[in-house]
Amino acid sequence: MDNVRAYIRKMILAALGLALFITSGISFYESRYLKEPVVLGPGVTRVQSLGDYFSGIRDTTNDCNVYFLEGKKQGATIFILGGTHPEEPAGRLAAWLLAENAVMEQGRLIVVLSASRSASTVTRLSGAYPPGFTIPTGWGGQKFRMGDRWTNPLDQWPDPEVYIHYPSGQSLAYVDIRNLNRAWPGRPNGSLTEKTCFAFMELIKREKVDILVDLHEAELQYPVISTIVAHEKGQELATLASMMLSDNEGFKIGTEFSPKNLHGLSHREVGDFSNAISLLVEAPEPFLDATRGKTTEEILLTGKDEFVVKAGKHGLLFEKIDQSGWPINIRVGRHTSTVLQIMESWTEDHAERGLICRSVPRYAEVIEKGIGYYLHDPSKADPKRVVYE
Amino acid sequence: MDFAAKLITIVYYCLVAYISAILLWNLIKTKSWDKELLYIIVLVPFLLRLFRLK
Repeated sequence: MDNVRAYIRKMILAALGLALFITSGISFYESRYLKEPVVLGPGVTRVQSLGDYFSGIRDTTNDCNVYFLEGKKQGATIFILGGTHPEEPAGRLAAWLLAENAVMEQGRLIVVLSASRSASTVTRLSGAYPPGFTIPTGWGGQKFRMGDRWTNPLDQWPDPEVYIHYPSGQSLAYVDIRNLNRAWPGRPNGSLTEKTCFAFMELIKREKVDILVDLHEAELQYPVISTIVAHEKGQELATLASMMLSDNEGFKIGTEFSPKNLHGLSHREVGDFSNAISLLVEAPEPFLDATRGKTTEEILLTGKDEFVVKAGKHGLLFEKIDQSGWPINIRVGRHTSTVLQIMESWTEDHAERGLICRSVPRYAEVIEKGIGYYLHDPSKADPKRVVYE
Repeated sequence: MDFAAKLITIVYYCLVAYISAILLWNLIKTKSWDKELLYIIVLVPFLLRLFRLK
């Protein structure tokens, strides 16, 4: 009798365990394989893949789409990198608005939405992050993967005890061997993350990119926030753009110079190893702060958190925050305006090789109408003009 | 480097499979309900990794 009871108990517990495994497994599977539609805007002239620039990355998880928007008038080439750290969604969403709306009148715009595609397929291990988030639109809403800072361990593993950056030889935290923004300029025979950076460097060189803008977000407890980090080649451009934005757009953004002895970051290595000016833009994201409350989709999108506000009252933050938080529309609007202002400031000094872009909403417009207003319904678009991330 | 990483990964997955099997065996053998619950909870992340879900 006791044996029968023990057997039934085991069966019940095993069924509960199986249910836990299946529900969590489905959530992780959907998060990894969610197809995010991109309705190609009228300005997109072609879509290539990163593997076209380096065969070592072809058909891997990181073989991402590369969107080209080519103006009729010759000009410079600007490359916008979204999704280096997918857990900083304003970078991806701002790039999304460019791919779906921008039209180049002069020069070329190259956009990537999922620079670290593998990192977009996983959330922070043990972080209890939401698997995805939905941006409300007039046609229902568009779902996006949440993502992480680091390449998915399912795609790149194991990590070393210490990560030795190539080619500087600098020792970095072991986990940063999977951080796309610690692996520049990469190498063809390295890890998946290093190969991805190498492929981007090949793209930058082959397409003769003049300016790279890497879009990020940062926790408010991190000192490099609400700023443009500039390689020395881009200091003048970044300073001019920052002054114009702070004067005209209603938000403050500073400039910082890329440290020469901190390796692996795009603002340092792209400038050092190519002809491009490299800039990195940071917007505030309370979701990332260690002192945040419950890690939910709501805090990701509203940027409201009472614990982060309290940290601010104790002087622990490098950016202001109040009860209104840092909503995603504000963060994305900062990025779109910053990209547009960088193009305008560049064009002031290089009229013959200008970058003239239209149909991209600026800060005030994104706040007024919301990101969803500028995302297009894939079910109503020409199927040939819909691609997936 | 690529070869070493692949080799370690294969060994790692073999270990994960082995530990999963041991946990399953212990689950069957134990007579204590709290240990059964413990084995079930511990087993889930091992299975998620074995099936390459997370």
